[in-house]
Amino acid sequence: MELYILLIFMIFGAIVAIEARDLLSSVIAVGAVGFALCLAFLVLKAPDLAITQLVVEILCLIILIRATINRDLPLAIEGRWFFNTVSTIVFVAVFLFFAYTALKELPAFGDPIMSVVKRYIEQGTTETGAVNLVSAVILDFRAYDTLGEATVLFASVIGIMAILRRKGRKKIEEKEDAS
Amino acid sequence: MMIYLLCLILFCIGLYGVLRKRNIVKIIVGLGIIEYSMNLFFVLLGYRTHGRSPIEARTENVLNMVDPLPQAVVLTSIVISLAVTALVISIAIRIYEYYGTFDITKIKRLKG
Repeated sequence: MELYILLIFMIFGAIVAIEARDLLSSVIAVGAVGFALCLAFLVLKAPDLAITQLVVEILCLIILIRATINRDLPLAIEGRWFFNTVSTIVFVAVFLFFAYTALKELPAFGDPIMSVVKRYIEQGTTETGAVNLVSAVILDFRAYDTLGEATVLFASVIGIMAILRRKGRKKIEEKEDAS
Repeated sequence: MMIYLLCLILFCIGLYGVLRKRNIVKIIVGLGIIEYSMNLFFVLLGYRTHGRSPIEARTENVLNMVDPLPQAVVLTSIVISLAVTALVISIAIRIYEYYGTFDITKIKRLKG
């Protein structure tokens, strides 16, 4: 029951975030959606995820506010407004129809299959020594996943530094030499 | 079933934002909403009614745990979504510095 309330709150927050005129209020609305997701993880018995989501959400909010503060938004509705809206809604409706058809094949809510994870639950503690099974999975059974995650994280940091840095030092020195 | 459908509606709101909006920040917000809904969907698939957290107790033998595997996968996905958001926002800041706007239809001329 709490889950339904949280999901409906998340849907309203997402609508506000998409439709708000002001960029800052849109960013804050998406922050509210993220914190509701954090609460939903707690309800779904995933405390590790709730902690990670909280930290990541705060960082995302800081980055997004840094990008949007002191910037104007000239709201322009012109051109093919009707065509764009209708084609988008048709695409979303087709997607929703096929996804609804696929949802019928899934196991019912509250009754997972648990075929892969049976061995982890039975022997996870004796094989890895970790009491928390989530950390046993990410740090022992699937440690290469975590290695790949760290690789992606560092690659994105390198990309951000390459995009956001000012003009390189070497180029300025070359210009001074030329002049 | 109903809760999967609500999660799907959240996904569709994010998809609408990505496809329809012309502001870059709104598109990034839509991407974030899609990421939230997918993470929630994975965790919903592993939930068991009246289940317990996947943490072993010392004194008793816990039998009705929720599925720890989707939680471990989603933990990776959350951190990667932070990296993606930071990269996209840095590109958006650069675009604003060059063109003075967030509107994607105004970004036309090439500039080195």
